[in-house]
Amino acid sequence: MNLDYYEKHKGEVEWQDGEYTVTRTTAWSGPGCHDGCGVLYYTKDGKLEKVEGDPENPFNQGTLCMRCLEMAEFVNNPTRLGHPMKRAGERGENKWEQITWDEALDIIEEKVRAIWRDYGPESIVCHIGTGRNNCDQIPYMAHAAFGTPNFSMGYLAGDSCFCPRSASMASMNGDFMIADMSQQFALRYDEENTEWRCPEVIVNWGCNAVVSNSDNFYGHWIVDCMQRGSKMITVDPALTWLAARSEYWLRVRPGTDAALALAMINVIISEDLYDHDFVEKWCYGFEELAEAAAEWTPEKAAEVCWVKADDIVGAARMYAKANPAAIQWGLKLDQTTNATATADAVNSLWAITGNVDNPGGNIIIRNAFDENLSYGYGYQLLSPEMQGKKLGAEFPLLSRAGYSSSAHADSVLAAIETGEPYPIRMVWMTSTNPIANMGADAPRVYRALKSVDFVVVNDLFMTPTAVAFADLVLPAAMSPERNSQRCWWVPNRTMKKVTQYEECVSDDDLVTMVGKRLKPENFPWDDNVGWINHILQYECNDKIPYRTFDEACQQVWAYPEFNYYKHEKGLLRMDGQPGFNTPTGRIELWNSNFALWGYDPVPHFKEPSCSPVSSPKLAEKYPLVLTTGARSFEFFHSEHRQEGTTSRELHPDPLFEMSPAAAAERGLEEGQWCWIENQRGRCRQRLHLNPTLDDRVVRAEHGWWFPETEGAEPHLYGVFDSNINNLIPQCENDDTGFGAPYANQLCQVYACTPENSKEMPSIRVTEVDGYSYEGANRSGNGYEGYPENKPE
Amino acid sequence: MSIEYGLLVDYDYCTGCHTCEVACRKAHADWDGEGNFGIKILQDGPRELPDGKWEYNYLPMPTSLCDLCAERTAEGKPPSCVMHCPAHCLYFGTIDELSKLVAEKTHRALFTPYNE
Ligand code: SF4
Ligand code: SF4
Ligand code: SF4
Repeated sequence: MNLDYYEKHKGEVEWQDGEYTVTRTTAWSGPGCHDGCGVLYYTKDGKLEKVEGDPENPFNQGTLCMRCLEMAEFVNNPTRLGHPMKRAGERGENKWEQITWDEALDIIEEKVRAIWRDYGPESIVCHIGTGRNNCDQIPYMAHAAFGTPNFSMGYLAGDSCFCPRSASMASMNGDFMIADMSQQFALRYDEENTEWRCPEVIVNWGCNAVVSNSDNFYGHWIVDCMQRGSKMITVDPALTWLAARSEYWLRVRPGTDAALALAMINVIISEDLYDHDFVEKWCYGFEELAEAAAEWTPEKAAEVCWVKADDIVGAARMYAKANPAAIQWGLKLDQTTNATATADAVNSLWAITGNVDNPGGNIIIRNAFDENLSYGYGYQLLSPEMQGKKLGAEFPLLSRAGYSSSAHADSVLAAIETGEPYPIRMVWMTSTNPIANMGADAPRVYRALKSVDFVVVNDLFMTPTAVAFADLVLPAAMSPERNSQRCWWVPNRTMKKVTQYEECVSDDDLVTMVGKRLKPENFPWDDNVGWINHILQYECNDKIPYRTFDEACQQVWAYPEFNYYKHEKGLLRMDGQPGFNTPTGRIELWNSNFALWGYDPVPHFKEPSCSPVSSPKLAEKYPLVLTTGARSFEFFHSEHRQEGTTSRELHPDPLFEMSPAAAAERGLEEGQWCWIENQRGRCRQRLHLNPTLDDRVVRAEHGWWFPETEGAEPHLYGVFDSNINNLIPQCENDDTGFGAPYANQLCQVYACTPENSKEMPSIRVTEVDGYSYEGANRSGNGYEGYPENKPE
Repeated sequence: MSIEYGLLVDYDYCTGCHTCEVACRKAHADWDGEGNFGIKILQDGPRELPDGKWEYNYLPMPTSLCDLCAERTAEGKPPSCVMHCPAHCLYFGTIDELSKLVAEKTHRALFTPYNE
């Protein structure tokens, strides 16, 4: 049998397949995820019928996860938003009047000009959701159209998704580092024709990589490497599929990863397993790191982390002895109030073992062709005075040191609540649904956003966020409806429009339309293609092989040249000298940037702010450690919940997990609806027994709402009923401002009964007083009534 | 009867990701509706074994709907599940070819869901 269809179409970007037109391009959420996989779109009469993986694309090599395969179910979903609408009833009533785009732009222009006049541009805030292909466009709108410095993620507490790790990496190494799975080479796993080597050991730490595909890392690359011989170490509170195939599974207590990493550093140094040559030549502050780690004996870490001391020693030895070894880390390292120190500790592991920019280790990666737009795009258009008003100025690492180009989301929330340092009058949200997830304290975000004068929500579907707050709802185009281009590390990717849904407008076009009304001088292009051409001409270096969108569409993706050992070759520093792009030219195990701003220059462990150790009194009532936010294959955060889709068919209900023993102690059974509760609030999910969990640990899903149910308040698509973020605090960060304790709280669990289910959380939040409302303020962290448990 | 083609699974590497299920449904336009999959993921574990290790496996099992993508293969396209599997753990071929692959490594299962 000759299966050469795709081979025959190699090099073509569009062809006819019976009644279908096939277009080779890439996809970037929404809907989808962080990754931008290569796809073949099958369209018929202008309608998207089917999506396949692109076998030619080196990134995903023809494979896809289920979310891109089912994309047409969302693109053609009859419940999608198709037209601009303005609010017809009160906020929360879900009554709308369809308007034209011109009317929508008139309203926006009028409101913005009034705010400029009466309050100043800083009173406007813009938000996006994570992983979307609008992380250049919406920041540019904030800076270049509205003139505000206040762009941030949608109430993501402590910027705790990649930002803490990136701040640590940028300060320690002067660059970002990622696990080397050959993703920087178009030839991929070809060890003969690239310098790539398969890692001997891969450590998967703080994310279930095959499910989450986070940070532009296609998780199944790890499986590809396992098939080529990589051995695994997994750090996770639950036994993931990868953990079951690992030589060591370190079942860490949520939020204590820094202690574990320090103990591993200690073992590696005290057993003399570190890379002397690399440390001597390329690291700064080794003695200080060794001293900081010395107290972390495996026994001490075992007690703190609930992991066996022998396993810590074994894993540390296995990692240090492997050559090369790569660490693929994830979100959970960010989601503590000890986030930057945790990232410092893990970064130190790959530094002292010399797994730095080596084939199969952790490599230094930059964005393809120096296209560095992202959250800071257009920021330089603001005056220094306006830049100085960016919310979160009290956190110098985020503001003055420049390790964050967004405003501090908790500080935005506090400004809305208090009017300090100035009032917030307008909030713009593009594909973010912060009361479903991302907002750490969902009820608190709900109360705050209700008080904002003018709210624009721009999204794919009508969401609880749109119903509750929006004055204007603007329909967003999905990936196959957009001309766009994007890079995150490598390669640079093109997205080609193949279909149009009603009056949906792409982020690129919407921002251009708004910008032309307000500051046309900053928008010297006519439409999306014009903007892309502008970026390809002015925002990339001269190695990019295409300069117009049309040329880019012929190629679909482009890989820049990649060099290993760049520090030896003088490829990292502006002065062209060997070394790293840090003040000392070395990897700073003693982080001089942190020291400069008054933070601990070496990694340390801090007990989670709400835990059996830090809050013993609270733990009597809420004895279980709660971690949240593990991904599932079916969903991207709060996306993909629409009724009748394959995602909901395979995963109809919100699930939480506890051990069979912990469940039996409470008389609970598999599948039972239960209340998960703590001092802040409660929500209900269905129990799934997980025998791999510590009896003291509970894992709950995030992002749940029920689009098939009533949208109007008080129900709001049930967004608060199963919302684990009724139990999570906001404005409780690491003293750097980074990190927030999404994944380390306390809770209790009990069965739902008709009696105890009379007041559903959605009613409680929308009609009564929410949760933890008494005394909520800047530090309103839900410890009211339990002052003895307040963390220091 | 002589069966020509089969589907081989290397269940050491199946992550249970549902891609094969969804890819299969999408390759059969007339299979809209709940439950219609040409392949379903079975799960064993996680279960602790006497030696303290954990058993945790997924096994994609072709259902009676599987036609080994007769329409696709006639057009020269590999079966949809095989092409899309992110773990690259599904193989399509003749029984002869697949038997050789089975003999190369443990934890492989050969299915013969369909014969023309
Ligand atoms: S990882 Fe999955 S959801 Fe993300 S772009 Fe690739 S196929 Fe789509
Ligand atoms: S697509 Fe592959 S890895 Fe995913 S469930 Fe199916 S066989 Fe397993
Ligand atoms: S071979 Fe085709 S029909 Fe059979 S399970 Fe795979 S995708 Fe479905």
